[in-house]
Amino acid sequence: MDFSLTKQQQLFLQMIREFAEKEVKPLAAEIDEQERFPMETVEKMAKIGIMGIPVPTQYGGAGGSNLMYSIAVEELSAACATTGVVVSAHTSLCVAPILEHGTEEQKQKYLPKLASGEWIGAFGLTEPNAGTDASAQQTTAVPDGDNYIINGSKIFITNAEYAHVYIVFAMTDKSQGVKGITAFIIEKGTPGFTFGKKEKKLGIRGSATSELIFENCVIPKENLLGKVGGGFGIAMKTLDGGRVGIAAQALGIAQGAMNETVKYIKERKQFGKPLSAFQNTQFQLADLQTRVVAARLLVRQAAYKKDQGVSYSADAAMAKLYASETAMEVTSKAIQFHGGYGYTREYPVERMLRDAKITEIYEGTSEVQRMVISAALLK
Amino acid sequence: MKIVVCIKQVPDTTEIKINPTTGTLIRDGVPSIINPDDKAGLELALTLKDKFNAHITVITMGPTQADAVLREAFAMGVDRAIHLTDRKFAGADTLATSHALAGALRKLEFDLLVTGRQAIDGDTAQVGPQIAEHLDLPQVSYLEHLEYDGKKTFTIKRATEDGYEMLEVDGPCVVTVLSGAYKPRYMNVRGIVEAYNREVEMWGFEQIEVDEKKLGLKGSPTRVHKAFSRGVKAAGELYEVDTNEAVGIIMSKLKEKFII
Amino acid sequence: MMELSAYKGVFVFVEQRKGEIQNVSLELIGKARDLAESLNEKVYAMLLGNNVASKANTLIAHGADVVLCADAPELEDYLTEPYTQAVCHIVNEFKPSIIMIGATTIGRDLGPRVSARLETGLTADCTKLEISEEKELLMTRPAFGGNLMATIVCKEHRPQMSTVRPGVMRSLAADASRKGETIAVNVPFKKEKFRVKLIKTVKEKKDKIDISDAKILVSCGRGVGNADGLKLVCDFAETLNAQVSASRAVVDAGLIPHDRQVGQTGKTVRPNLYFAVGISGAIQHLAGMEESEFIVAINKDKYAPIFQVSDLGIVGDAKQIVKQLNERLKK
Repeated sequence: MDFSLTKQQQLFLQMIREFAEKEVKPLAAEIDEQERFPMETVEKMAKIGIMGIPVPTQYGGAGGSNLMYSIAVEELSAACATTGVVVSAHTSLCVAPILEHGTEEQKQKYLPKLASGEWIGAFGLTEPNAGTDASAQQTTAVPDGDNYIINGSKIFITNAEYAHVYIVFAMTDKSQGVKGITAFIIEKGTPGFTFGKKEKKLGIRGSATSELIFENCVIPKENLLGKVGGGFGIAMKTLDGGRVGIAAQALGIAQGAMNETVKYIKERKQFGKPLSAFQNTQFQLADLQTRVVAARLLVRQAAYKKDQGVSYSADAAMAKLYASETAMEVTSKAIQFHGGYGYTREYPVERMLRDAKITEIYEGTSEVQRMVISAALLK
Repeated sequence: MKIVVCIKQVPDTTEIKINPTTGTLIRDGVPSIINPDDKAGLELALTLKDKFNAHITVITMGPTQADAVLREAFAMGVDRAIHLTDRKFAGADTLATSHALAGALRKLEFDLLVTGRQAIDGDTAQVGPQIAEHLDLPQVSYLEHLEYDGKKTFTIKRATEDGYEMLEVDGPCVVTVLSGAYKPRYMNVRGIVEAYNREVEMWGFEQIEVDEKKLGLKGSPTRVHKAFSRGVKAAGELYEVDTNEAVGIIMSKLKEKFII
Repeated sequence: MMELSAYKGVFVFVEQRKGEIQNVSLELIGKARDLAESLNEKVYAMLLGNNVASKANTLIAHGADVVLCADAPELEDYLTEPYTQAVCHIVNEFKPSIIMIGATTIGRDLGPRVSARLETGLTADCTKLEISEEKELLMTRPAFGGNLMATIVCKEHRPQMSTVRPGVMRSLAADASRKGETIAVNVPFKKEKFRVKLIKTVKEKKDKIDISDAKILVSCGRGVGNADGLKLVCDFAETLNAQVSASRAVVDAGLIPHDRQVGQTGKTVRPNLYFAVGISGAIQHLAGMEESEFIVAINKDKYAPIFQVSDLGIVGDAKQIVKQLNERLKK
């Protein structure tokens, strides 16, 4: 057993940390304030291969591991959680299902453009009446010759209109319940595929979140991902991977808040001494740090197991559950340490708190994670 | 086109702190990095690779752990890496260092040899020009920008104290690059993934072409007579007061010093 | 083994640009006098250029005993190879004990090339030179980004060469009555080795001020934050009739050009008044400014190293203080 990063992973960490510090962090407050998608950062990330970390080189990717990818999302999120989720949704929710379930033709067609970052990916499962209960899907796909006709809508879709490729789930046979769900690869610009309202959110405000609307949208059969009726399985497997990404994002937010807090309490003085000299501060900080490190171990374990090809569903759920709740606790305490300043936008910790909240909700709420964990335990 | 870039692993001197009570250096936990001027040189070479499909060899002289800078160079996009290390090189001053490097460079073909202007741990700026002399090649130091005509001529902007010079020279030649001249690219992820699977060539005295007497401590005309930390200047008055009062204190000091 | 006793005299490379002798050369001649007196030897000024012989008197007035004048069209502008040939020719003819060269963009190009051709030692960017009891030259210079000082000797090789940081040594007041000798030197150039061609020399626009000449500097660091903070500092500097300089962090952030950077990788400054605004005082920075006459530091961290060198330290919000200071000064 070895808990240390390999030299290769250390080299990667060195690069991504510098990138996050120099290219991502300076924009974090601005894109939050303006609710602006950080396209320029995506272009920079694309150039050095961050949009295709775990994609094999034969499909134009970097040939890296999921562990590396989780380090990337963590480090990016420590600087800016929006940037973290752009990469996570793209990689875990679009690139990964095509890589894992796509035909060779689909991989050849989509992966090189996605891995190079020329195209951004997205994922559409959630509907107004089908959140945690995915079986309540109302979007339908009806066969029509060599095509499927898709009707319905998807909400809260990350990367929204900035994406080019969407993994979309629709009912091909309502009578079958979850076994009637099928996954499709849908390209932006397909007639009948439009965008609905853009959400105004509490946090990750730079990330674009919109509704996808399908009105008699004609999708060729070769864009069917996996088997007819296999969509639910693909969605669940994809979300397992996605949870590693979101866990890494939450971990990053927590670490980012820790970094800010440590810096602040060394500088800030009350009653003639720095905050860091008070034992109450020290003890609270020790507890937070312990949680962050524990979260990191869980995240890396889940990513490692995915790399090893062994079942990691419960590990991903535990990582996400623990990391997201840690992010909430750390960011909330970080504001407390910062006092009144922490509540203002002069310091980044209030943004971090707003960003942290979503990690307890998307890609499976904390309640869903508990279901997954207990189900694995009690089976 | 063939380019060789000399790089050095250095402690990040901006991270070095002085123990305020003893006045000694705190070197623990100081990260090792590619010397900034050398990294700019690497970027210069990589831009020439982008444009002219140049082949880049990177060479470093140093102990085992200097391997890390070669891996980083691989991840940035260089084609070949040579690690020059031998006990015979130990204790070298700039002249002996330049002889060792020149000895290795005699074994390589190139149109352009790139070094950083100076290393942040030594700040001598001597090794590049000294290599050029040993190899009997023309040199241009303090490079701010370089254009290549695609055949053999380089047009180089060289920084001076009050402006710059434009110089023209045919390859092969030696340039020493300023850190601000070229902003180094990030390592790319694929390059990182592959960096540790690639071969770094290990060269020692046997592999190079140089007179042994010119190497290491024996070949070094200069010696460190003594080294010492700078000592700490006694601190002056320190006030921790509100803004208003602080402004008052500064104003009265400025008056006292006849500045206002 | 070299016959060390055959090498005598303290030689200074005189740097001229377009016929104008650079201050650093006069500083070095001043220092050379010192060294030469300890050694009981003479000061030689190596004057290289085209139509520069008339400058010999200036050098003598500032302390040179002998001016070795290589006047040749090949030496019109500084280029590495012709200058290296000229200096090496002089060394071979006159066998100096010590050579001092200004640590400028010219000196630091020439010095290493000459030392390699002569196979002798060279110590870079010295800030202190003295003669030991053994009559050796002790050359002291900062290393490790200024964290460490090292004294270097060159025991068995001659000449003992050093480049010397401009602004550190003091030149002597010109004394027109001083007597000296001028010797013309004829350099047998090997022109086939002249491989670098100078196309043009450009002086950058006038607003390129030299912060090392400033009497008052207002220097900003990371604590100033952004362009808005910088604006406050600039306004304050204007009111104070001062120049603006910066720490490396601010230069790296692209807020201020590199020629205004103070510190190890920037410039060494010694103004009458140095305002460190939001500068924590990394050792590299201190190395470049700690010899300022009077240092005022404003920083929010009481433990910032800048307060170790400041004469007046204020713990507080740099931006607020500078803003109010400026308002108060304007009144």
